Amino acid sequence: MASTLPPKPTPEHSTATAGGMAEVGHARPRGLMRWLLTTNHKEIGSLYLIFSLSMFFIGGIFALVVRAELFQPGLQLVQPEFFNQMTTMHGLIMVFGAIMPAFVGLANWMVPLQIGAPDMALPRLNNFSFWLLPVAFALLLSTLLMPGGGPNFGWTFYAPLSTTYAPPSTTFFILSLHIAGISSILGAINIIATILNLRAPGMRMMDMPLFVWTWLITAFLLIAVMPVLAGVITMMLMDINFGTSFFNAAGGGDPVLFQHLFWFFGHPEVYIMILPAFGIVSAIIPTFSRKRLFGYASMVYATAAIAILSFLVWAHHMFVVGLPLVAELFFMYTTMLIAVPTGVKVFNWVATMFRGSISFEPPMLFALAFVVQFTVGGFSGLMLAISPADFQYHDTYFVVAHFHYVLVPGALFAILAGAYYWLPKWTGHYPHLRLSQWHFWLSVIGVNLTFFPMHFSGLAGMPRRIPDYALQFADFNVASSLGAFLFGASQLLFVLVIIKCVRGGEKAPAKAWEGAEDLEWSVPSPAPLHTFETPPDFHPHRH
Amino acid sequence: MRTSLVWMAGGLTSAALTPTALASGWNMPVGVTALSRDIYSLHMIIFWICVIIGVIVFGAMFYSLFRYRHSRGAKAATFHEHTSVEVIWTAIPLLILVGMAVPATATLKNMYDTSEADLDIMVTGQQWRWRYEYLGEEVAFTSNLGTPREQISGTDEKGEHYLLEVDEPLVLPVGQKVRLLLTSDDVIHSWWVPDLAVKQDAIPGFVNENWVRIEEPGIYRGQCAELCGKDHAFMPVVVEAVEQERFEEWLAERKEAAAQEAQGVDREWGMDELMERGEQVYGSVCASCHQPDGQGNPPAFPALAGNQQMLDDRDWHVDTVVNGVSGAAMPAFRSTLNPVEIAAVVTFERNAWGNESGDSVQPSEIAELLEKDE
Repeated sequence: MASTLPPKPTPEHSTATAGGMAEVGHARPRGLMRWLLTTNHKEIGSLYLIFSLSMFFIGGIFALVVRAELFQPGLQLVQPEFFNQMTTMHGLIMVFGAIMPAFVGLANWMVPLQIGAPDMALPRLNNFSFWLLPVAFALLLSTLLMPGGGPNFGWTFYAPLSTTYAPPSTTFFILSLHIAGISSILGAINIIATILNLRAPGMRMMDMPLFVWTWLITAFLLIAVMPVLAGVITMMLMDINFGTSFFNAAGGGDPVLFQHLFWFFGHPEVYIMILPAFGIVSAIIPTFSRKRLFGYASMVYATAAIAILSFLVWAHHMFVVGLPLVAELFFMYTTMLIAVPTGVKVFNWVATMFRGSISFEPPMLFALAFVVQFTVGGFSGLMLAISPADFQYHDTYFVVAHFHYVLVPGALFAILAGAYYWLPKWTGHYPHLRLSQWHFWLSVIGVNLTFFPMHFSGLAGMPRRIPDYALQFADFNVASSLGAFLFGASQLLFVLVIIKCVRGGEKAPAKAWEGAEDLEWSVPSPAPLHTFETPPDFHPHRH
Repeated sequence: MRTSLVWMAGGLTSAALTPTALASGWNMPVGVTALSRDIYSLHMIIFWICVIIGVIVFGAMFYSLFRYRHSRGAKAATFHEHTSVEVIWTAIPLLILVGMAVPATATLKNMYDTSEADLDIMVTGQQWRWRYEYLGEEVAFTSNLGTPREQISGTDEKGEHYLLEVDEPLVLPVGQKVRLLLTSDDVIHSWWVPDLAVKQDAIPGFVNENWVRIEEPGIYRGQCAELCGKDHAFMPVVVEAVEQERFEEWLAERKEAAAQEAQGVDREWGMDELMERGEQVYGSVCASCHQPDGQGNPPAFPALAGNQQMLDDRDWHVDTVVNGVSGAAMPAFRSTLNPVEIAAVVTFERNAWGNESGDSVQPSEIAELLEKDE
């Protein structure tokens, strides 16, 4: 593979013009205080990314506990109580601790660089949003050590299992989720303020790179739905500690109300975790196809359409709770509609590659794998939308396969693609090619070995969230468990790649990839601490 | 990339193309009702639509990846939009979806038509068992996991229907429209039998409806599909579908047994028979939380062995079992267990695992208590 890659641009070709200002001004704090007090978007971006990577490994270890128990039928390693805590914590940590902060980290690093801004619009707020996260997740993880254990009711924490029947630590879980939610809202406000106010002179909205566009829309989704999550967990808090009965039928409350509120947050949340991924892939595919993105405008409209539809589909998670027929039909139709803008995106990526000049550097490998595997997840999503069939799919491993295809070989692969794409900009070095390729191939094999058999175990009748299962599901589970350990172990290679890349390696010029176009490639590699102190000269592409 | 595609293609083919794979449980079961067959065919139609779209899209993508490689000297074209193409690939999926929505809507309407049922069954989910009540027939019983704990912990060989077997299955007549009314006593459960294509949440405070008309006699197995606490994996559903004639015989037997049990309430029970019956009830109803050795699992599930409050206050003990503990996991057993069972299990708990209260509770006391409350 290495021999087929085109030569990389050499430092002499560097086109760095803007940025690269010398460090100026007052003495900066050193050591730990430097990181605690930093207001620099690049440093905060790195903090977010490192935090998310550590959470990814913690959540991954929890997943491996689950997969180890499920390797064979019977209870071998853990008891059901602990198993339920592991599935719950795995979901919570991966969603709120790994995937979301990774995208915020990428936004922190890249949004100012891509729009030619000197920093985020609200740098101190930026520092605060980040440092809320370690507090939130330290609190969440500490619940595992409390009497009665941590959250054990699934990451969707349906009432009344999560209220009347929950362990005492649930109040701490609620508090930690509140803190993480505040962090997300503040981060979203900052991103919106930055994008709307700090674009380089001459950059219209329709000139912005798609990563910026998708993040702008994501930030609005966050502001719209995080308060709903805050509301629903506050109602839980009241039910648990102050004797209210929002979700307690015996007191006149409604357990189904919980699900409506949760999924009104939860479904846009799903798109919060995938829209920025679309943005990353929309940057990488044109770069390595050496051809402009096909259908820029329709990409923007499709993203907006998905965001709007995301508010109208929440009850497709609730097809078997006994909704009225009319509601069932409405949510089936709106959910099917989402396939249209999502399809447009996939078609546009393929059309970008068509008649391009394609090479297969590591970011491109991950982006291509994203397109295929995300589409597989999209297909199972379309199947799940068919409400009558969902009566069979619902709450089975088919659903587990579906959302993992969208989130792991989907969102996570896009994050990895983004990391490989921008590592030269962050560190000044190219990631080690051989190791990157090993990381890619082992990840692809591992991820598909883990999640593809879950389609079959689900269709065959295996419910999700069970620590023990009937014998006919045994073979699928052996494959899934082996795949999970392969996938988990191969992520250690990623850490190795990053460490090597930070320490040295082949030097990257400002424009690290031949076909790269956006503004971040006009500043030197590694990007100096302060960039675009004077606005860059921006020449629109005329999309 | 190529590896994963071959892998996927391999998986998809073996799942959908070969009849042997179908038979061996790689796909959704076709099931034994008209509705389950409708749902199966919707599933296969949407599956094949996805396969066809996948072949076209991935085909175009891999063709481009192969044909327009930089290393082959491909020069990139400059086009970056094409309105009519974009309109076409927005419109075609829309049409396919409309085509798909039509049969899906028809099936759904059918699923929602619970009218004119021949038989009504009340299904109540409880942590972690199902209770079935044949409405208007005065037959009701609880259906517990039938798999012995030794098989779960691995000391015994696992049986053929490991985790999918119960002590008493739900018996239904074939050919009849059976309406299921589902609710729950505690958290949300979901009653699911794949062969019947019925999955419906059982929600406390709500009564959900679904229905089934089974066409072939047989035993159909499923399980709870909604996370409901620690033993979520251990509350299976087993439906035994029998001919109408056999069903009526069975119903008569059950009524007879219930009448006999009711007579038992009035007589004086000896300590040994109470203990024996109590151990049985404890094993199937209480042991999953309070543990077979009475040690419980604090703080959620207190220990019963050596529980001083319980031993000192017999009335409180009876009241806790009959009425449950509000705001905690302990359910009220007044409607789930009959007076004989309640008396027996309380007696057992007061005299097992080193508990030495020496006293017993008579079924007649419980019957009186229950009547007084009503």
